[in-house]
Amino acid sequence: MKIKGEYAKIAGFVAVALALLVLAPAVLSDFRLSLLGRFVCYAIVAVGIGLAWGRGGMLTLGQGVFFGLGAYVMAMHLKLSDAGPTGVPDFLKLYGSGVVPSWWEPFRNPVVTILAIVLIPSLVAFGLGMAIFRRRVRGAYFAILSQALAAAFAILLVGQQATIGGTNGLNGFRSFFGFNLFDPVNKRMLFYIAASTLLVMLLVVWQLYRSRYGELLIAVRDQEERVRFLGYDPANIKIVAYVVAAAMAGIAGALFVPIVGIISPASVGVVPSIAFLIGVAIGGRSTLFGPALGAIAVAWAQTSLSESFPSFWIYFQGALFVLVVAFLPRGLSTVGSMFTRRREAA
Amino acid sequence: MKTDYLELTDVRVTFDGFVAVDGVTMTVLQGDLRFLIGPNGAGKTTLVDAITGLVPATGSATFGRTELLNRKVHKIARLGVGRTFQTASVFEELTVLQNLDIAAGAGRGPFTMLRRRSATPPEVESALDVIGLSDLRDRQAGVLAHGQKQWLEIGMLLVQDSKVLLLDEPVAGMSAEERQQTGELLQRIGENCTVVVVEHDMDFMRSFATSVTVLHAGKVLSEGTVAQVQADPKVQEVYLGRAEVQA
Repeated sequence: MKIKGEYAKIAGFVAVALALLVLAPAVLSDFRLSLLGRFVCYAIVAVGIGLAWGRGGMLTLGQGVFFGLGAYVMAMHLKLSDAGPTGVPDFLKLYGSGVVPSWWEPFRNPVVTILAIVLIPSLVAFGLGMAIFRRRVRGAYFAILSQALAAAFAILLVGQQATIGGTNGLNGFRSFFGFNLFDPVNKRMLFYIAASTLLVMLLVVWQLYRSRYGELLIAVRDQEERVRFLGYDPANIKIVAYVVAAAMAGIAGALFVPIVGIISPASVGVVPSIAFLIGVAIGGRSTLFGPALGAIAVAWAQTSLSESFPSFWIYFQGALFVLVVAFLPRGLSTVGSMFTRRREAA
Repeated sequence: MKTDYLELTDVRVTFDGFVAVDGVTMTVLQGDLRFLIGPNGAGKTTLVDAITGLVPATGSATFGRTELLNRKVHKIARLGVGRTFQTASVFEELTVLQNLDIAAGAGRGPFTMLRRRSATPPEVESALDVIGLSDLRDRQAGVLAHGQKQWLEIGMLLVQDSKVLLLDEPVAGMSAEERQQTGELLQRIGENCTVVVVEHDMDFMRSFATSVTVLHAGKVLSEGTVAQVQADPKVQEVYLGRAEVQA
């Protein structure tokens, strides 16, 4: 049984890899491929949410914070490198003092930028986790708290017109680590980078799920107090999952910036934070592939349906969400196992 | 041979002015199978909660000269004090083996945690044997029979390397045969551990207790062997009084 499950997962992983790295670039136009690249970024966030929520029971409605941290760090680096070694990004001349703020300076360095994309969201999540989980805040209270953080973060960004572009956000990037962003070849390369990152993240959570830590995380999700009596501090176990999920969201945000060409408070607040979650719920939050595939499918459906019926999508999304919650509370990817269970029961 | 013991001195638990445990003093030696009985509301479970860190208490509870009271729950567990709950609380989505493996692993480092379990740890293997669930190791704990879940809980205490076992109504809802098996299991475990069993079932107590403490209204009413306690007029009064009220 176990061995069979392993093979099925390997086959699933190979199928996802082939679809993303071979099939999609072969059949999709540059425009569609770039769209898919954006959805892949959402999928990376979704993989993290699957870990934190599906396996760890932390309903995190505020992944936009970490997504935004990664995205803004990347955007600041791109603006600075477009402006040249000592130059000043265009918008700072328009709205700001015309001087690069001192806290921008470290992000001129590409190495510092890449480290910061992972470390800043991780450290913020660690600090929040210490404050939240140690105090045994959980369930709906944690969900509300995380959502409030996303709202506060977006408001904070809106207020910083002079230093990070306010409502407009940061946009108009011309190059990505020296590569021209207007060149279609480089745009395709960005897609490959995002898709490979998603695959790596899937491997990371796969290893976590099959490790002893993964088993322990399920135990904490289902019976947090019981775990305490076995000598573990559940807060530490939850913090690990929360930090990994935050790092994934940060990386996704950083990839989102060059692919989409803009990051603004509208992409990191409450609404996008909830949107991240819908794909995870529909795909199957505690499964390995469900969150990523659900996120891509929902985003894809949203785009295609909004193109044909501009005001119709929101109803479709609502209906899909209701149907899944009512009939498949564990998500679409559990359809198969539901049938086998019925057959075994019969 | 070193003999460990659990020593409670004047343990007191108060909830908003209500005294649930009112100055309990008792000593339980290793190898003793101590039963803690008493009417509902006598403070039995609260006493266990206090020792395991679930509720704040005053007084002193020591095991091997280490003070247990008012430490964090998981720290007390690591000192070798384990407990079960009235309702079996195993991890239902995990298998029997995974449940035991988690219970055995509180001291594992990050490197071990992030890898897969390559082989069944020997202590888990022997616990599976002791609790008689070897054949069901890959079964989900959620589908076990009620009695098997309780045995799994006891097995988890064993692999956790608990020296003090506090069992809260381990045979509630079990069949006569399961009670017998559980009692024998506890006797075997009790040789090397300090075991305290909170129980309502008097037949079960008579068959397996080596000593008994009777709690009433948060105080120790009587203590001794089964025969001594049963002959104690104070105990008879409390239990008979209750019977009259119920009738």
